[in-house]
Amino acid sequence: MNIIYLLLAVSLVVALIFFVAFIFSVKSGQYDDVYTPSVRMLFDDEVKTKKKETSKKSNQ
Amino acid sequence: MEKCYHCGEDCIDILEFSGRHFCCNGCKMVYEILETNDLSYYYELQERPGISQKRKKVDFSFLDNEEIVEKLLDFDEAGKQIASLHIPTIHCSSCIWILENLNRLHSGIQSSTVDFPRKKVRVSFSKEKVTLKEVVALMAGIGYEPSISLENYEKPEKQIDRSLIFKLGVAGFAFGNIMFLSFPEYFEVKEFWLDQFKYLFRWLMFAFSLPVVFYSANSYFISAYKGLRSRILNIDVPIALGIFVLFFRSFFEIITDTGTGFFDSLSGLVFFLLLGKYFQQKTYSYLSFERDYRSYFPIAVTRISKFEGKDIEEQIPVYKIEKGDRILIRNEELVPMDAVLLSGAATIDYSFVTGEAEPIDRVAGDKLFAGGRQKGGLIEVEALKPVKQSYLTELWSDEVFRKNKNKGYHSITDKISKYFTLAVIGIALIAGVFWLIADPSKAGNAFTAVLIIACPCAIALAAPFTLGNILRIFGRKGFYLKEAEVIEQLAEIDAVVFDKTGTITNTSKQEVNYAGMALNEEELQLLTGSLRASGHPLSRSLYNILKKNGIKVPEQFEEVAGQGIAIKDGARSMKIGSANFVDYKVSNLAEAEKTSVHISSDSDYKGCFTFRNSYREGTGEIFRELSKDKELYILSGDNEGERQQLEQLLPSGTQMFFDQRPGDKLEFIKNLQKKGLKVMMVGDGLNDAGALAQSNVGVAVSEDINIFSPACDAIMDVSIFRKLPELLKISKKAVGVIYISFLLSFLYNLIGLGFAVTGNLKPVYAAILMPLSSVSIVAFTTFCSYWLGKRLNFKKTES
Repeated sequence: MNIIYLLLAVSLVVALIFFVAFIFSVKSGQYDDVYTPSVRMLFDDEVKTKKKETSKKSNQ
Repeated sequence: MEKCYHCGEDCIDILEFSGRHFCCNGCKMVYEILETNDLSYYYELQERPGISQKRKKVDFSFLDNEEIVEKLLDFDEAGKQIASLHIPTIHCSSCIWILENLNRLHSGIQSSTVDFPRKKVRVSFSKEKVTLKEVVALMAGIGYEPSISLENYEKPEKQIDRSLIFKLGVAGFAFGNIMFLSFPEYFEVKEFWLDQFKYLFRWLMFAFSLPVVFYSANSYFISAYKGLRSRILNIDVPIALGIFVLFFRSFFEIITDTGTGFFDSLSGLVFFLLLGKYFQQKTYSYLSFERDYRSYFPIAVTRISKFEGKDIEEQIPVYKIEKGDRILIRNEELVPMDAVLLSGAATIDYSFVTGEAEPIDRVAGDKLFAGGRQKGGLIEVEALKPVKQSYLTELWSDEVFRKNKNKGYHSITDKISKYFTLAVIGIALIAGVFWLIADPSKAGNAFTAVLIIACPCAIALAAPFTLGNILRIFGRKGFYLKEAEVIEQLAEIDAVVFDKTGTITNTSKQEVNYAGMALNEEELQLLTGSLRASGHPLSRSLYNILKKNGIKVPEQFEEVAGQGIAIKDGARSMKIGSANFVDYKVSNLAEAEKTSVHISSDSDYKGCFTFRNSYREGTGEIFRELSKDKELYILSGDNEGERQQLEQLLPSGTQMFFDQRPGDKLEFIKNLQKKGLKVMMVGDGLNDAGALAQSNVGVAVSEDINIFSPACDAIMDVSIFRKLPELLKISKKAVGVIYISFLLSFLYNLIGLGFAVTGNLKPVYAAILMPLSSVSIVAFTTFCSYWLGKRLNFKKTES
């Protein structure tokens, strides 16, 4: 049952890693703007192919 | 009618380009730029995402001045410059996309990042390849004109306060871990190994609770201390007391080995409280509510100085203006300091400062005051004072703008917390004394248990969640509040004061009536022709109405500044302008106060065009609705000319006051407040700024919420102006919801107190009861506020 010591230590370390990651993410400003990134990730990279499609559409 | 492909406005003169319709050349040009640079994905993301290009473009030549550019840059090293620009027109995902692809429009731009909520773009570019002026011009060219005002020059960007999210993170982290560590003891597992480990678990929980108490919860202790020192029992007093007792009783229990303590409840409590705070803090931070004159003043002006006998023009920062400097002011530019007019025909629009709608003509030698806007051609002025000592800036030194308005305000939560705290301490004492007599071993237990279980977490959460939700709902409809507390104050309003010009009148629309002898065809044509040549605002609006007539350009044309126009064409001569100018005697005062353009032909008086304000749709209804339970007032910077029309339109109880200067308006509000009234001021311009700041709730009505709004508590989109009474009603109901939540939370407290006073409070009960009450209150308030929001069944009209 002494394994609990190890498990406890591991779980604490993992929790601490996440906590430190959280601190860093806040400090780097990730939480300052929680809206724009959610929009940005939806942008398509394939602009050119998109464009052709629309010009076809508008020609019809 | 066709809608513009770029901005969605109705096209009056349709312009076509590659099969698409545009309302103006500007929009067409933006489309062309985007199309040729493969950026037409812009139109894929959102339909008609553009911004109408009909507005006048600003001249960015002040960005040639090194000193100004330096002030605007966040970062300046060889090869990399970073500037944060505020773009008021950002409004949709297309905007984000195009602004983040600026590097495709110019190779000198390295990258750009949009912060949508704050409407900012951070552009990094290389000075060697592109100047800041070019970057700004490029953005303005595609319809995203950065707003650069004196404010940017003066104060550095405020550091973002992230302490709340840190505190929330710490509390959440500790909460999770402590719950996890206290699991074995929730079920009271009598198992050899778990019994062995429980001491270690307890001390770990203790360790986790330390940062929660001393870091995350410190604002409650500080606020409670401050409250006590100023003899106010605010809601933070019982909270701080609860946290304090929770911590020390738990600590005591683990050192004496009498129990597990309440570390889980403690960290959970702090976590929920901070969550409520975070929720309330998320307001419309991108709208600026704290504006002063600096947001409207230009950052630079054109100075004319003598250099080797020649006049040269140079751009200098506004603060560099000294007494005696010669300054150039162009059409639509603001006069930044008190000055004397040297040359040019000045038509100054003081509506910014005084609320008077009609521009005033000035001739060389006249004094101009800061804050006036030149309408018409180029003028040259001589500065009388530096910017800081001008009339307008002195208005801002009034103490109203410096004091914290809400300092003396007690929120509902604070009001109720006084009784609550006293009740809790009373019950705790009675329970303690009772057990001291009945069974002394239970006395300490019962006393502390009452303080723990009665900790007003649920009460503290009711207001932030209800008001926070309402605030967001209002915001979606076009009514933006500075902070959630404004809703409480809206619910208490019993007098409403309206500004007239720009608030209940529609400045862009005017009604014009002609009275007198009919003009013949030739006279009409001549009139239209001469109005076309005049730059005076009254001429311009009259011309817009008459331009459907034919135009005949007169042979001789002479404009007398501030008087009118005299023309000659063949045998005919005409005079157009003020009553004096056309030799017409005004018979009575009422007539004199009307805004009119008089006309005489061949020295016979013909008649006059009279301008009347056109009132916003629904103004009468709003007043009738509000007059049921509120006192109504109108304060106007204009003269009495409109009194009759207003009296017809509005219910009889409305009191009207004319010729009100900004200072008068402020005093007026003060006097109403002295009578014990809670006053709401509804205004629009800088001239109302003092009154808006003084009133209990200052509402700025604005055609474009991003561009113009003085310091205030709420900004209202003009399109929902007629919903004002409804918004006030909803605010009242929201406060009602908070009271019901209080009642609910008292019920929970009664159950908890049952356990507490009998000395039976176990950690697991507290761990269930406390979060349960908080969560159910949050659920209740959220449900109610959305239900209230549903009743606001109108959509902000698309602008």
